[in-house]
Amino acid sequence: MAVSDEIGALTRAFSGLGIDEKSLISILGKWHPEQRNSFRKGTRNFFIEDERQFERWDDRHIIQLEREFLRFKNAMVLWTMHPWERDARLAKEALYKGPQYGVLIEIACTRSSEELLGARRAYHSLFERSIEEEVASRVGGIERKLLVALLSSYRYEGPRVNEEIAKTEAKTLCNAIKNAGKKPAIEEEEVLRILTTRSKLHIKAVYKHYKEISGKYLDQDLDAELGLKETVQCLCLPQTYFSKVRSKYIILPPKFPTLFSNKYFHKNISSQVLDDALKTSVDEITKETVTRVIVTRADADMKQIKEEYHQKYGATLSKKIEDVANGNYREFLLTLVARGDQ
Amino acid sequence: MATLIAPEHASPVEDAEALRKAFQGWGTDEKAVISILGHRTATQRQLIRHAYEEIYKEDLIKRLESELSGDFEKAVYRWILDPTDRDAVLLNVAIKHSPIPDYRVIVEISCIRSPEEFLAVKRAYQIRYKRSIEEDLASHTKGDIRKLLFALVSTFRYDGNEINARLANSEADVLRNAIKEREFNHEEIIRIVSTRSKLQLLATLNHYKDDYETSITKHLVDGPANDYLVALRTAIRCFNDPQKYYEKVIRNALNKPGTDEDALTRVIVTTAEKDLEVIKELYYKRNTVSLHKAVGKHTSGDYKAFLRALLGKED
Repeated sequence: MAVSDEIGALTRAFSGLGIDEKSLISILGKWHPEQRNSFRKGTRNFFIEDERQFERWDDRHIIQLEREFLRFKNAMVLWTMHPWERDARLAKEALYKGPQYGVLIEIACTRSSEELLGARRAYHSLFERSIEEEVASRVGGIERKLLVALLSSYRYEGPRVNEEIAKTEAKTLCNAIKNAGKKPAIEEEEVLRILTTRSKLHIKAVYKHYKEISGKYLDQDLDAELGLKETVQCLCLPQTYFSKVRSKYIILPPKFPTLFSNKYFHKNISSQVLDDALKTSVDEITKETVTRVIVTRADADMKQIKEEYHQKYGATLSKKIEDVANGNYREFLLTLVARGDQ
Repeated sequence: MATLIAPEHASPVEDAEALRKAFQGWGTDEKAVISILGHRTATQRQLIRHAYEEIYKEDLIKRLESELSGDFEKAVYRWILDPTDRDAVLLNVAIKHSPIPDYRVIVEISCIRSPEEFLAVKRAYQIRYKRSIEEDLASHTKGDIRKLLFALVSTFRYDGNEINARLANSEADVLRNAIKEREFNHEEIIRIVSTRSKLQLLATLNHYKDDYETSITKHLVDGPANDYLVALRTAIRCFNDPQKYYEKVIRNALNKPGTDEDALTRVIVTTAEKDLEVIKELYYKRNTVSLHKAVGKHTSGDYKAFLRALLGKED
């Protein structure tokens, strides 16, 4: 390979999610000091010219490299964890780093009642506190109400649904949303009650009745109320939530700037969506989404997520991962994603 | 300590046969029912139900419901249920109570049971009623009382021994500040009372007493007379001293003109295999008459006989 090709290959090996270890070994491994010197002089994005006449690593890139090298290890550790410990640790991290409301809503709403309960138990063991006391003491205002209720939920999971009540509750949501200009839906006690206590089947029935009554989809009508929109999506359409496109910035209605402020949301939930996370120029929090979603859903509904992804974006999820990820990390993701085919 | 007097070894088959005999012919031999069921542990009662079902292809509970009546029937029905199932039934009855839910029962059960026990109750509730207790409770309440009860019912508290003394101190101050501002329904009060572990909460309440020289319940009496505050004070009493709380429930149930049988039954049936002995002692200390005598004075017939069987030794 010509030197310039090699440099190109090396740069690629460092870019994207994970590290292409094989390329690093086969190229870097055989380079003499002069070749490595030219590499340092030739790649201005990794190395910078120091005033004392030598090329030094750009610190940001070392940090970035560390992250990429760790990506495989983190995925492994997460994969081998008991699902309860996994969710408890993800929740803790989401709470302390942010808080990332999206991740918390994701965990609270996409896990089954027993899985969520297990995560709460694991949280007791790992952190000697309950998740609800931690969330309640670190989050305030209206967000607290939603998050604590969602994370404390222990929904009925049987088949029985009362269609009459579902219809009435769809009407209640309709009215609350119509009124959202004066009072955001999330501040309506009844909206919270319905979304945080009813069984998932019941909420799906409410979703259906809502469409029949108003002609629109409940999650789309909740566009302006971030937390609620993601709650509904996670409860009713988890595969869509996990595969859909994120909007780069979620625009808040100017009247309610404190509700789920941009800082906590735009990089997160709706956002936590594979398509947009699978890009090379996104931030670390978004990149972590890829590992989290694939590892936590590999045993659950990966097949449906893949189908949903293919339908919406034309490309297959595997192809996208091949394009954007490297090395062992890539192989691991592909293996997990392929499990859905069995 | 339990008050129930039950033999170490009982034959469920013999008991089932004896009960069958008690149902035969005109009327029911209530004494026989009391002498058997009133002297069997929860496990033994379960075995009797199974044996009865096997032999006679009939649900013993349904049979009892048809054979017995009034307060006696209600008491036996609650007694024969498995304790977790019983709590689920009591909660459902409390939620559906009219004109308004019986908030006290909901607070009592959610605050006195351990986190694991209450979790089992929630499961039993879902199995029996095909809905979660949270959704039933939320749809039958609103406003501040809903906020508090919903939080008390949803929580799954840490049940370990870790206590953070500094936190207890700071949260005692948070409580005090909210109360001083007369914001009795402040989010922070509900947060602390409904999410902290019991040990942590007790540490906080103790700090409150140390720092402000009065127990928090006395400061809470100062507020408006509404269900929310009553429920909040009840919750705190249940955390602090459940037996003292139960003694008061029984005392009020008996003193009330026309005895509150539901409350009396509930407490005796719930605690007969747990700490009714302690409650009896507290009752005597407080009222200078034994609970046996008091129950004897304010109730009658088979109901009285059944309760006194559960009360165990008369001293």
